[in-house]
Amino acid sequence: MSAAAETVLYDAPGPRARRRHLVASLVAAVALLAVAAVVVSRLDDQGQFAAELWSPLLSPSDEDFHDVWRLLGLGLLATLKAAVLAIVLSLVIGSVLGVARMMLGRRGRVPLVGLVELLRGLPVVITIYFVSKVLPETGADLGSLPGGEGLWILVIGLTLYNSVIIAEILRAGVSSLPRGQREAALAVGLTPGATMRLVLLPQAVRVMLPALISQVVVILKDTSLAAVLGIYIELLRQGNLIALTLKNPLQVLTVVGLIFILLNYLLSRVATLLERRLSGSSGSGDDIAAEASAPLSATAPA
Amino acid sequence: MSAITDNLDLYWNGFLRSLGLGLWGLVGSLLLGTLVAIFRVSPVAPLRALGTAWVTVVRNCPLTVVLFFFAFGLPEIGINADFYWFGLAALIVYTSAFVCEALRSGINAVPAGQAEAARAIGLAFTQTLTQVILPQAFRTSVPPVGSVLIAMLKNSAVVGAFGVGRDIFSVGERLTSAQGYAALPVVTGVAIAYLLITLPAGALLGALERKVAILR
Repeated sequence: MSAAAETVLYDAPGPRARRRHLVASLVAAVALLAVAAVVVSRLDDQGQFAAELWSPLLSPSDEDFHDVWRLLGLGLLATLKAAVLAIVLSLVIGSVLGVARMMLGRRGRVPLVGLVELLRGLPVVITIYFVSKVLPETGADLGSLPGGEGLWILVIGLTLYNSVIIAEILRAGVSSLPRGQREAALAVGLTPGATMRLVLLPQAVRVMLPALISQVVVILKDTSLAAVLGIYIELLRQGNLIALTLKNPLQVLTVVGLIFILLNYLLSRVATLLERRLSGSSGSGDDIAAEASAPLSATAPA
Repeated sequence: MSAITDNLDLYWNGFLRSLGLGLWGLVGSLLLGTLVAIFRVSPVAPLRALGTAWVTVVRNCPLTVVLFFFAFGLPEIGINADFYWFGLAALIVYTSAFVCEALRSGINAVPAGQAEAARAIGLAFTQTLTQVILPQAFRTSVPPVGSVLIAMLKNSAVVGAFGVGRDIFSVGERLTSAQGYAALPVVTGVAIAYLLITLPAGALLGALERKVAILR
């Protein structure tokens, strides 16, 4: 898509334009290399490439290597645990909320709409902070749940925010469907509940799959908010603790950042594959999904 | 509720500082995001590669990791500043990648015929871009860029939670931890302060969207 847009912005370059582009490319490349060289020499001046800062992370013969990676592995596991719990809970509660908002009458849904708008306007870090401060005061005993208090504070905080977002995504999906879908389902005698469950939701999920997946990536990224609030030892916090002991924050953070990037990249690859499979799987009914999703996938993060 | 009414001036100052952080972040990320977007559509290959790499790396990295990089990494190489500036820089860097992608989707949404027509009447690349494509792209980009910027306003709370000092978050922390107020009213006050930022921003965006919407 981007390639097409690029070629449309300017003509296929002629000999003079090609020369100009070549010169500009060389100048830009030299400038970028110069910047990179300055950064590298600056890092080198500060001794950031020193072997003792990197070897606990990179060299298996280092005495700390196994401990460091064991701890990072535990951190990654903790991140995934919180992410999976929050994702599953958000999807379930979000579907219930979304369906309830669509099926309740005009007056019945007022409190629900209020709740959705309120939670949607709050930063997710605030909802987690809220849970971490207020829930212990109410006497709720999260510590007895498997995984410990910190995990559940994080999961509940993430779920509060994200279930509302997922409810809204589903609602947008259902309202993007042609009206005839609902009318036809009711006309053949399905109850409103069955119409929603058998006809509208399956199509809405398919249409909104890109948005749902990018929300899943957001949840995964947001688990690291626990490190800022200091409530739960996940990957980033674990990295931070390692860096405190080894005194090499730049190096550890680079590795932690790479792990996150890899994880999210893989997730969005899976999403793309899934999307292609779902939209290409069955016959003519897909035209609706394809049409409705086209403008969405243009704006959704790839 | 006395926790809020007793400390209204504290809340107000914290609110202003948080709002300031959000507004500077808004200006900075719009500027940096536009620059990266220009890089990504430019005919100069190294700049395009830089733009693509920037977006891929920054967008897949949690804001907290970017933030920790600035706050704990930069002092290691001899760059010291107030946490406020590190926080603001991290917020701008993180958001710029999303602004870039939102703008680029706007550029892609301009029908190809527009650029073709512009070229057909003899406009050069810069003229095509500045006089035909970008004016339309900006209008199309208002909804996506707007929602990115509102997300940025919310993300500024992460920077606050990290501890820039004197902002609304540290007010909450101070009142609950140091002065022993009950958490529920205090934290509710913090939440209301953020709603006072995000809800009007959302309404403003909605009005702007209606004003610049193009019917195609």
